[in-house]
Amino acid sequence: MDFTNPPMMDRQDLRDLKKSIDLGFRDFSRAYGDSLESFFDPLLYFLVWFERILVAAPWPVILFVFAILAWFGARNWYVVIGTVGAFLLIGYLGMWIDTMKTLAIVSVSTLLCIVVGIPVGIAMARSNRVRAIVTPVLDVMQTIPSFVYLIPVVMLLGIGKVPGLLAVCIYAIPPIVRLTNLGIRLVDREVLEAADAFGASYRQKLFGVQVPLALPNIFAGVNQTIMMALAMVVIAAMIGMQGLGQQVLRAVSNQYLALGFLNGLAIVGLAIIFDRISQNYGKRLQKHLEGGHDV
Amino acid sequence: MMSDSAVEIKNVYKIFGPHPETVIDLVKSGVSKQQLMESHGHVLGLENVNIEISAHEIQVIMGLSGSGKSTLIRHINRLIEPTSGQIIVGGKNVLSMDKNQLMNFRRFDASMVFQKFSLLPHRTVAENVAYGLVIQKIDKHMAEKRSRRWIDRVGLSGFEKYYPAQLSGGMQQRVGLARALATDADILLMDEPFSALDPLIRTDMQDVLLSLQEELSKTIIFITHDLDEALRIGDSVAILKDGVIVQKGSPQTIILNPVDDYVAAFTKDINRGRVLKVGSIMDAQITDHRLSIERDMVVEEALQVLVREGEKSASVVGNLKTVGGIDIDTLISSLARPEVSNTTTGEND
Repeated sequence: MDFTNPPMMDRQDLRDLKKSIDLGFRDFSRAYGDSLESFFDPLLYFLVWFERILVAAPWPVILFVFAILAWFGARNWYVVIGTVGAFLLIGYLGMWIDTMKTLAIVSVSTLLCIVVGIPVGIAMARSNRVRAIVTPVLDVMQTIPSFVYLIPVVMLLGIGKVPGLLAVCIYAIPPIVRLTNLGIRLVDREVLEAADAFGASYRQKLFGVQVPLALPNIFAGVNQTIMMALAMVVIAAMIGMQGLGQQVLRAVSNQYLALGFLNGLAIVGLAIIFDRISQNYGKRLQKHLEGGHDV
Repeated sequence: MMSDSAVEIKNVYKIFGPHPETVIDLVKSGVSKQQLMESHGHVLGLENVNIEISAHEIQVIMGLSGSGKSTLIRHINRLIEPTSGQIIVGGKNVLSMDKNQLMNFRRFDASMVFQKFSLLPHRTVAENVAYGLVIQKIDKHMAEKRSRRWIDRVGLSGFEKYYPAQLSGGMQQRVGLARALATDADILLMDEPFSALDPLIRTDMQDVLLSLQEELSKTIIFITHDLDEALRIGDSVAILKDGVIVQKGSPQTIILNPVDDYVAAFTKDINRGRVLKVGSIMDAQITDHRLSIERDMVVEEALQVLVREGEKSASVVGNLKTVGGIDIDTLISSLARPEVSNTTTGEND
């Protein structure tokens, strides 16, 4: 018996297997690639449109909008000042346009993740069978090396914005799905029973009780999704996504130390801004749970 | 006061377990709880429960934890389905209702108050009270108006914009009560509503309920594990033990004639002077006395009156007519609690 090598299928068979998968997928992408691409066209238009707005908008307007967002999200002057300062520094160091492009892709992919992820999370919370199916899929999405799913994405859709967006979403969507599911499952059974006792319908329970009470958790999911989307920016740049990630990639291949660090730190800056705003907002959503009135 | 039964619970059985329908016949043929558990893996929750609840009265269902009282009350609005039996509310068979009928029944006919309040933590007091109305899809303006009225009635004016977490337990349950009353349902299901409150607040809330009931005269099913509470607010009391109703009757009957040692053990610690009414221990023979006292007066008060007036006996009146007589010895001996023993000997006389 040979104990150095485990049993292995015949080399010829293995080659054929791989080949047939490759050919099968190639045929599939030849047959459906175009229609898939046109399916994602609206997304592309939206992304391009949003990116143009961000790039074309006068910088003071962008600063103002973010200052307002920071104020409404966090209600905290430090966050507002930090946000404005970070954007000014990014502009001063010549990374404004790239930052706007990254901002566009992160915003659109977060939006896409929310639109897809929350309903999936709700479906998961409502049915154990759906959960049993979705959970392993999410596990795979989170652990599989990103480069691996770049291959089929590129084969199907080529190189460009939409494949980049999809790659970001595949990586970034699991937390929002998981936390939506968790949040809804954690809703107090007794409150739900009360809703039942008052004759609430399925919709009235979902939108009046479960989703609002799950909101802090859902928001933690949104926060995580944004962070993961930012983390994917560099990898997505490998398949043609423009922005800060592309500069980092350029720095890596040419050993430009300063370029790499500056763009990397710009990504960090964006991450911190988004995180502070969304986390503080999430905390404020739970305000009602605090007692402490001298009644 | 009408006394047609508003809620009828007939031969209700509830068995918990994987396949209740397979063992229901065994239970009906008299298999014991223990045996059901050990050899069939099912738990008997309720066994042949029969109660007729009169309209406009407070029916207390009392029992210790695990006796099945919370299970029973949830049968009335079908939050829990019985394994077998009938539940008829206001002439309607609750068990034959389809999903929509049941939803409407819960919206308009029976509302509920919960032990742990079960308020919506993300909504203000005003929004919580209006919750049932929003579910009923009543016009927003109207719902607000009605919600404000009920907030006022339970004494929470000025707290409309507070969140439940900002209120004390007693106030939260006032919100729970207002929420249930706001739907205008005739039947009010109260599942240990005051058990989570301090004794002082509890008495307070009992007063609130009693004074509201005087005006509204709803049909109230009230669950409690506290006999003092049961006797204080119940027009009628049913005692539940291990899923079986062991005794039902007026508070007076329960105290004076406990049906078995279990019930007697319950009643032994209560303050009889504050519960027993003169009418239920009087001598029905009509005799003439200088002093007369009301039939509904409790023994403690009657003693005070007699002592104050320096009398040894008095006539008892009800509805402005003399209905009997009572003397001070009877009053005093009614305070002594009967001995609880395994045999029914040893009555001190």
